[in-house]
Amino acid sequence: MASFTAPKIVSSRSEFTDSHTLSRYVATGGFEGLKKALSMFPEAVASEVERASLLGRGGAGFPAGRKWSMLRKAPVSYLVINGDESEPATFKDHYLVEREPHQLVEGIIIASYALQVSQVFIFLRGEFALGLERVQQALNDAYEYGALGSNIMGSGFSLDIVVHPGAGAYICGEETALIEALEGKRGFPRIKPPFFPAAIGLYGQPTVVNNVETMANLPWIINNGGAAFAALGGGRSTGTRLFALSGQVNNPGMYELEMVKNTFRDIIFDPALGGGIPEGRKLKAFIPGGVSAPWFGPEHLDLPLGQDEVAEKASMLGSGSIVVLDDASCAVRAAWRITKFFSRESCGQCTPCREGSGWLERIMFRLEHGGGRPEDVELLLDLCDNIAPGLSWPPQQTTICVLGSSIPSSITSAITMFRSEFEAHVTNDGCPHV
Amino acid sequence: MSHFRTEIRQRAEELVSLYPRKRSAMLPLLHLAQEQDGYLTDEAMAEVAELTGTTTAEVRGTASFYDMFHLEPVGKYVVGVCTNIACLLAGGEELLAHASSTLGCPVGGTSADGLFTLEETECLADCNIAPCVQVNHRFVRTTTPETLDALVDDLRNGRREDEIPPHGTLIRVRRSGGLRVPRAQLADERAAAQTAREERAAKVEK
Repeated sequence: MASFTAPKIVSSRSEFTDSHTLSRYVATGGFEGLKKALSMFPEAVASEVERASLLGRGGAGFPAGRKWSMLRKAPVSYLVINGDESEPATFKDHYLVEREPHQLVEGIIIASYALQVSQVFIFLRGEFALGLERVQQALNDAYEYGALGSNIMGSGFSLDIVVHPGAGAYICGEETALIEALEGKRGFPRIKPPFFPAAIGLYGQPTVVNNVETMANLPWIINNGGAAFAALGGGRSTGTRLFALSGQVNNPGMYELEMVKNTFRDIIFDPALGGGIPEGRKLKAFIPGGVSAPWFGPEHLDLPLGQDEVAEKASMLGSGSIVVLDDASCAVRAAWRITKFFSRESCGQCTPCREGSGWLERIMFRLEHGGGRPEDVELLLDLCDNIAPGLSWPPQQTTICVLGSSIPSSITSAITMFRSEFEAHVTNDGCPHV
Repeated sequence: MSHFRTEIRQRAEELVSLYPRKRSAMLPLLHLAQEQDGYLTDEAMAEVAELTGTTTAEVRGTASFYDMFHLEPVGKYVVGVCTNIACLLAGGEELLAHASSTLGCPVGGTSADGLFTLEETECLADCNIAPCVQVNHRFVRTTTPETLDALVDDLRNGRREDEIPPHGTLIRVRRSGGLRVPRAQLADERAAAQTAREERAAKVEK
């Protein structure tokens, strides 16, 4: 049975159609967290977030508190918010920027105070035209309300926030590529080390990059205390999380659920959540955390929705987006489309990714559309092994960023789980499903 | 002579002033250029170069990296249909093919009347209402051939102009003024806060 006892932390206003307005936000407890934070010392605010053990909600799941602690002694620094949500099947930040923009802004101001940063940039996907409008309006409102600008609420703390539009590039979700784009350049990920922009970030200055959903949690954490947040969930996965459910389920949608207390079976089959597979078909496979994640079969349905729990089974909770494939769908076709995505989005800097993704896509294309060869499965595995040697999880990396090492996931999953389908595609000279 | 009309030029200059370095305004300025001209003209890119302190080659080189920037003319309405995984499972490819026949243009092409450009997009982050369709980067939520046809009919007859403005993703984004805190004031504040923090830390150690 799914657990619904946890409070809604980041989607508490979802029933209001005017949740994006300042009046609704203030009437529902908005800016109380900020007022409380400003009455505390900055380091006490940071400790509260550390106590919450909030894991970053972008996809890598790095503890937000630890990221912040790298910035402690920097005189000039920036906070950059990653709202470039483009991992396929992820749509939580889209919701948060359109429907809860004030909550995002309040979270950012709290974080800025804790970090004592000088300026904030919110990097939003260019395709979120309405989101850009709503976040800018929320910033305008916050200036008017006295929550932004000089001497915020009489605290002596001052801050400016600028919203920055992206322009359509998946790779800009990678934090160093995002910084390049913010500097007005092509979105090329930077060579590591330094591994973190906290060392050398925007304009070469110490910079923290945090996800939109991570920020959205902060007002609640300050209002209720880090310990209350840490009491939710289990293990390292504390609090709640926005799970994006899509694909072949009766009720695709975004669900805020307590971490670990629910399983994949709950979110996919509970009548109040996914509601099961349409038309009496059966679950064939599901992707647990965005298309970079290796797939799971029905045997993993009872796994809890927790970061480490999923990692132990050699996949990842990633961006919290779950895609369901039913037994009428074609594994080869699904893997081909995911590979095509990576091929289109490779920035082109590193050979294994640039050449490998295109080569893999061409092989997957001919398997799906006709012209596949009996040796193709071995060729696919060999190519994947060249991109991520050993085909282990987490993958070995041969490229500057993890886009490259994410490419093999869908292909190797499909081959491991549904090898006979590849053979059928060769025998049939194309997809037997169409 | 500015290629940007007065209002766009003013917004461009304000955007430049928001960043510590001018080049950072590159992407927003290119969006403004598309708002005015529909696509990136040579004249607009030259002006963006001037405003950001770069060369036209750097502007073109940057613009060509990003899917949203068009280096050739596009229709009044850019229709994007997603075929990525969630949309694929919901019939995105079929809807894209249908859109192509309704609009009378191939994927990646523009209709003869110059009204529509059709694009196959990657995930647009609206996967619970699949297949996802955007027009000028507005989510229109037409998931079936019938609702898509009705939308196209509306667009042809000018009935959805309030909801779907011309493209340029910043067309309705207006910041209420520039930066409010002088950078020198910020630096002083941070230095004072740092000193206070160190004093607190020293007290704790004692």
